[in-house]
Amino acid sequence: MKVEQIAIFLENKSGRLSEITGVLADNNINIRSLSLADTADFGILRLIVDKVEKAERVLKEGGFTVGKTNVIAVEVPDRVGGLASVLKVLEKAQLNVEYMYAFVNKSGENAVMIFRFEETDEAIKILQDAGITILSGAQICAL
Amino acid sequence: MAIHYWEEEIETLPRIGLQSIQLRRLQHLVTRVYKTVKPYRDKMEEKGVRPEDIKSLDDLGKLPFTVKDDLRDNYPFGLFTVPLDEVVRVHASSGTTGKPTVVGYTEKDIDLWASVMARALACAGAHKGDMVHNAYGYGLFTGGLGAHYGVEKMGATVIPVSGGNTKRQITIMRDFGSTVLLSTPSYALNLADAMDEMQVDPTKLSLRVGIFGAEPWSENMREEVERKLNLKAVDIYGLSEVMGPGVAMECLHTTKGMHVFEDHFLPEIIDPESGEVLPPGEKGELVFTTLTKEAFPIIRYRTKDISRLIYETCECGRTLVRMEKVTGRSDDMLIIRGVNVFPSQVEHVLMGIEGVEPHYQIVVEREGNLDTMLVQVEVSGAVFSDEIRVLENLGKRIEAEIKDMLGVTCKVKLVEPRTIQRSEGKAQRVIDKRKI
Repeated sequence: MKVEQIAIFLENKSGRLSEITGVLADNNINIRSLSLADTADFGILRLIVDKVEKAERVLKEGGFTVGKTNVIAVEVPDRVGGLASVLKVLEKAQLNVEYMYAFVNKSGENAVMIFRFEETDEAIKILQDAGITILSGAQICAL
Repeated sequence: MAIHYWEEEIETLPRIGLQSIQLRRLQHLVTRVYKTVKPYRDKMEEKGVRPEDIKSLDDLGKLPFTVKDDLRDNYPFGLFTVPLDEVVRVHASSGTTGKPTVVGYTEKDIDLWASVMARALACAGAHKGDMVHNAYGYGLFTGGLGAHYGVEKMGATVIPVSGGNTKRQITIMRDFGSTVLLSTPSYALNLADAMDEMQVDPTKLSLRVGIFGAEPWSENMREEVERKLNLKAVDIYGLSEVMGPGVAMECLHTTKGMHVFEDHFLPEIIDPESGEVLPPGEKGELVFTTLTKEAFPIIRYRTKDISRLIYETCECGRTLVRMEKVTGRSDDMLIIRGVNVFPSQVEHVLMGIEGVEPHYQIVVEREGNLDTMLVQVEVSGAVFSDEIRVLENLGKRIEAEIKDMLGVTCKVKLVEPRTIQRSEGKAQRVIDKRKI
């Protein structure tokens, strides 16, 4: 139920983002979702792609520092209070969200959010117990 | 301008007379060291030289060099030539590059040190009646105490204010009427800034002369200190392995070199690569032999400082040779805010943190009056995280450990792999952008 995410270390200099996307394009890898977190000195680009292993390999070959982490893709009702209802479940269980970002495509009537937890397995269990749908990597790439 | 001397006779002795004193003292020193200190004897035997081979000053070149590692190998007291109960004081380096280097002084050594320091003060025109503001650090570092005893010896008044607490220093300076300032040149500029902040007008203070040393500084900086503090700035040289402050001193009559008190500290200039003695006037690595110290004499100590010796008699009348302002190092040591930093120390810290690879570069700059050290560290896969917090903590940890180990505050910047310039496979570890 986990989704593999690629993270790339980036210095804040011009052209780096386009280099990465260029490498991915050259290798026929599709970016399904991304988020960029940054500080004054550096940034971390997080990507959900259709070919994880290949993306990791070609970026490493391109000289980037690449890491792979597990995140969770959660269906969130696309209405007022939708995200709040999911977060309430997490708050009740005292689960800390490290970060999250939105997925571009919808899953039927629902929006999809990517969540990163310290305790991924526990988070999956709690969310599923609360009746929230979690999507696999294959499922979200098919959206 | 009235010329002040502390020991006029020796300071103005014709060189021929000076050389005969030097030779006699050198022969005595070599004999004593050969007899009493095994590491020296071993090295001399290895080179096939005996005390009786020293027949002229030129024979100095036959003796083996002493390097910092010799001090470490014989840590703490292995190179002392007197029993420990005759040693009245020890000083030590911070030991950040390994074991600290320890030096010792007998009562007579302390007195000698005070005398050469008094000579240095006289070079700067200081005299009895002066109020000497000593802002060199007191402690294991030789700066504070070394200068202190010189002032007392001279009969001037010493204010042992030591380093730090800049605003209080200015209050003291104003209220006590400090006439002579002893500090690092960068600290002098800090004082000037603080005066500005406190709205203290330097022209209303009694400061007349500043004696600055312990770090490299430029002619531009001299001009800046003189203008901002309204005083005359002069350069002092010393190092603990040889004595401490008071090995050489600029006088008020020239900015072309510091008078080396060579009746006690015999200088040579060598080619740092081959170790050959260079002809007078050539630039190379400065080497010192102490001629009169008792507890911790040193033979042909390689300072790694690059300088040149000037033999012309100075306008002040001193016949003592002058050493040009130190223009560089023959090793990769950096002096950052008065602290000696070797790139290898930074490397050592990085290697101690799991997953961090020793791909780094140190960038030193001078912002305003302060040296800044930026350490760029390449982020390897092993320490990389998708979480900002984890990487920020890594940077902070490296900063803290460098501060701990070197005593210097730095900023760590995480950079992408292979961003640090590598020339012919060898990384350029240091970029020094300071204009010194």
